[in-house]
Amino acid sequence: MSVTELFGKPLEVINIGLETFARNLQQEGVPVIQVDWRPPVAGAEGVGEAPLRIDREGANREAVDRLLRGQPLLTGVSTAGEVIPGMRKDLFLHAGPPISWERMCGPMRGAVIGGILFEGLAANEEEAEHLAASGAIAFEPCHEHEAVGPMAGVTTWSMPVWVVENRTFGNRAYCTLNEGLGKVLRYGAYAPPVIEHLRWMAEELGPILALTMERHGPLDLRVLIAQALQMGDEGHNRNRAGTSLLIRELAPELVRLKVKRKKLSEALRFLHSNDHTFLNLSMPSAKCMLEAANGVEGSSMLVTMARNGTDFGIRIAGLPGRWFTAPANLVRGLYFPGYSELDAALDIGDSAITETAGLGGFAMAAAPAIVQFVGGTPQDALRLTQEMYEITLAESQSWQIPNLGFRGTPSGIDLFRVLTSGILPSINTGIAHKNPGVGMIGAGLVQPPLACFQSACQAYLQQYAATLSGNEIPNEQRRMNNETD
Amino acid sequence: MQQLLVKKDQYRDSVSLMQISLELKEGAGLEEAFVAMGAPANLEILEVMGFSKDLLSGIGLNDLLIALKADQTAAIEKGLALAASLLEGKGARPDGGETYRPHTLEQALRQLPQANLALISNPGPYASGEARRALEKGLHVMIFSDNVPLEEEIALKKLAQQRGLLLMGPDCGTALINGRPLCFANVVPSGAIGIVGASGTGIQEVSCAIARLGEGVSQAIGTGGRDLSREVGGLMVAEGIKGLAGDVQTRVIVVISKPPAPEVADKIIAQLAACGKPGVVCFIGSPPQSSQGTLCFTESLAMAASLAVALQRGEAPGQLLQDDERLKQIAAEETAAMSEGQLFLRGLYTGGTLADEAIYLLEKSVGAVYSNIHKEKEFQLPDPTRSQGNTIIDLGDDYFTQGKPHPMIDPSSRAGRIAEEADDPEVAVLLLDLVLGYGSHPDPAGALAPAVAEAKETVRARGGHLAVIASITGTAGDPQGFQRQRETLERVGCRVMVSNWEAATLAERILQCRRVRS
Repeated sequence: MSVTELFGKPLEVINIGLETFARNLQQEGVPVIQVDWRPPVAGAEGVGEAPLRIDREGANREAVDRLLRGQPLLTGVSTAGEVIPGMRKDLFLHAGPPISWERMCGPMRGAVIGGILFEGLAANEEEAEHLAASGAIAFEPCHEHEAVGPMAGVTTWSMPVWVVENRTFGNRAYCTLNEGLGKVLRYGAYAPPVIEHLRWMAEELGPILALTMERHGPLDLRVLIAQALQMGDEGHNRNRAGTSLLIRELAPELVRLKVKRKKLSEALRFLHSNDHTFLNLSMPSAKCMLEAANGVEGSSMLVTMARNGTDFGIRIAGLPGRWFTAPANLVRGLYFPGYSELDAALDIGDSAITETAGLGGFAMAAAPAIVQFVGGTPQDALRLTQEMYEITLAESQSWQIPNLGFRGTPSGIDLFRVLTSGILPSINTGIAHKNPGVGMIGAGLVQPPLACFQSACQAYLQQYAATLSGNEIPNEQRRMNNETD
Repeated sequence: MQQLLVKKDQYRDSVSLMQISLELKEGAGLEEAFVAMGAPANLEILEVMGFSKDLLSGIGLNDLLIALKADQTAAIEKGLALAASLLEGKGARPDGGETYRPHTLEQALRQLPQANLALISNPGPYASGEARRALEKGLHVMIFSDNVPLEEEIALKKLAQQRGLLLMGPDCGTALINGRPLCFANVVPSGAIGIVGASGTGIQEVSCAIARLGEGVSQAIGTGGRDLSREVGGLMVAEGIKGLAGDVQTRVIVVISKPPAPEVADKIIAQLAACGKPGVVCFIGSPPQSSQGTLCFTESLAMAASLAVALQRGEAPGQLLQDDERLKQIAAEETAAMSEGQLFLRGLYTGGTLADEAIYLLEKSVGAVYSNIHKEKEFQLPDPTRSQGNTIIDLGDDYFTQGKPHPMIDPSSRAGRIAEEADDPEVAVLLLDLVLGYGSHPDPAGALAPAVAEAKETVRARGGHLAVIASITGTAGDPQGFQRQRETLERVGCRVMVSNWEAATLAERILQCRRVRS
């Protein structure tokens, strides 16, 4: 644009600051957008302009393109031991960033104990606890084994898992089958009925679904999620539509299996009784799409947000293999009768992978049925999703939000946009009781701790800042260092 | 001819696709447009449209189909492009999305993609970052914020210059772009006179005078007060002149500033002389040079307006329309009832440039004028809250506005000062400015009138008479209404002049009368 070009055209203004200036222009008939400006995160002033040795924007285009081109297919059901890379009988996978037994929160410890009992590695709770503390069992994040797990996310050798494959890039992701609500392992329950239920899932449900999938062939989950979003799901806290669509797909094949009718009926009834059946498919879908962007040199896009009930961790596409963690937050939300914030565990689970890929809180505007979790009105949900466009790199071409004029969901969180806008990702999540085995006590909204983003930014600048003459460090970076040291 | 585009595994709701089909057919002028999922019933429709069974084989339930039929290839191409944008949801109106208030410039641009100017008034330390982002997005920028470091101003202006964009400011209070008032500006008719000004109230005073003379303004570009300093080198004044020289609507160019660095002044004058359009230069507070062809110089803002109007009309640049006999008459009336010791002037200004102009005019005839903004140390007030002899105060100066609103917005500080001046038995004349337009107080005269009436009464009770003179910088179109403001002031005995220059001249006549008498 040139100066004379401006003179020829009607004035249209973006107003950053005093609102009276915008009102005056409106009075004069000038189209104007008022920016609800907020200062960048303390210490992050100017990081967006820090000189780099790589083309960050180009790298981010590449990363988000890989995310959006991903096409997750459900290809089958197997067991963790058979398909998860690096799986061993003495290895327990868990949600969130790495954590030791000593630092695990109540629900996660409960789930580990339950896992030990389920695998028959100990005879009772006491023995199990002793074994877990002895160092004989290794604990590693699901995320480091191409897997994801809701809440405690504990995944052991014999558990059945969904196998999801990214057709575009060939990589896979795995996730256990959802156990339902109430007293379940992922909330830290390990009483005998919990273990029995897990056995039924491993011995009956898993094989039935494996055979069903063999008959059905690959199922396109990207398309299924797109449909679910138009039916009021957001893929994290609401999965009623996705679950129904899944059953609709599987039932015609399932009923033809040479298995007793009663057993088939039990399997179908269980899938139907649990609205969150589909959560364990939206999660690995998101995981395998994001994994394809992991390692894109120079990209500041998030490929992981995950919590273990003690720490919140994020991972960045351009900083592969590194976690940036900070203490997990308390979830703000609605509690079931009889429970309050005093009973709540801190934020837990790998399910924030859905937000990382543009679902969950990022697609909140698609799910008016659960707006109570985020403030009460459909307008709150619309605003929440619209805020997320400000920190993301692109809009999904597959997943659309009817209430926003079929706009694509905000996809690909950029570390730098978070820091310079001061807007944190919004995550829809369930709330676990802080004591093992009580289960889900509510649901609501949570944000990652800012410190994850600050330390990730510091690491990013250390890796990618342009080499300056001498040992000079740019002011912005020095400020960041001071901020996070 | 017809074309079929198959997008594998792209689910869309069928109702939304029916709507898209309709919009596509009408929007691209197609004979037929059918956007649908690959359901068997839809494939049958495609067969009826004339697509072969071979072409349709292998299409699955989850595949998105775009089928177009038209006379010409161009229509098909247009249709495919429109289909892509409709499918992206760009064509749809978001329900409830309009009310969303973005937090970032990037998001605001998505909501207003045709935006061509960013108006920035957030806190100074952040203003330059936002301005840089706006320039990089190809937007012209006006920075109202102050406290932007000089080196950042220079860097931003160089970036703007490279990109052919305007960077108005920092600390730029006034601009008129395409007839639209930005920040503190008056509603002025559109016309043929372009203004480039390093002073906000200077631009306001000149543009209002142009309106009063029956002409209008094409563009008024504010540059911020530091633009003509040696360091900035007049980067944006030069860009502004260049822009106005290339603008078909602009026929005369006026440049307004406080006295620039001499080498910068020479450069700007040379540019203006060579730009091919008649020009007027007003460097407030420095004596005018003699005119060069159609390039005229003046020391007065009102004169700058009347020179510009004369040049536009092709008339010989005349004298300022000022009836000296009438001024003398008013001076005689005002001084008649004054008492012995009433000797001095007190000017209480809200517009810094207007205060400068009055100081410059009065110093030449009445001797020392003290001020809080005087450039010579000798005449700077030791305490800006206490007047001495002839004093002109800029109440909008940083000294008075730390942590408080500007007196153009909040007139209460001036009302208080008027009462203090009235208590001084030496005071003969109060000289005031009243700046109307967007940004200013909704009724500045109404806020001032009681203080003026009270001050007059204080002096009358002492056996004297207080002359109160005001100029109004405003137009009939301003939200406050010029006439209403004028009447409010006249009702309390205020002499209202058409320009600051004339008001200061009247004050001068009154002081001269007092001097003759004493």
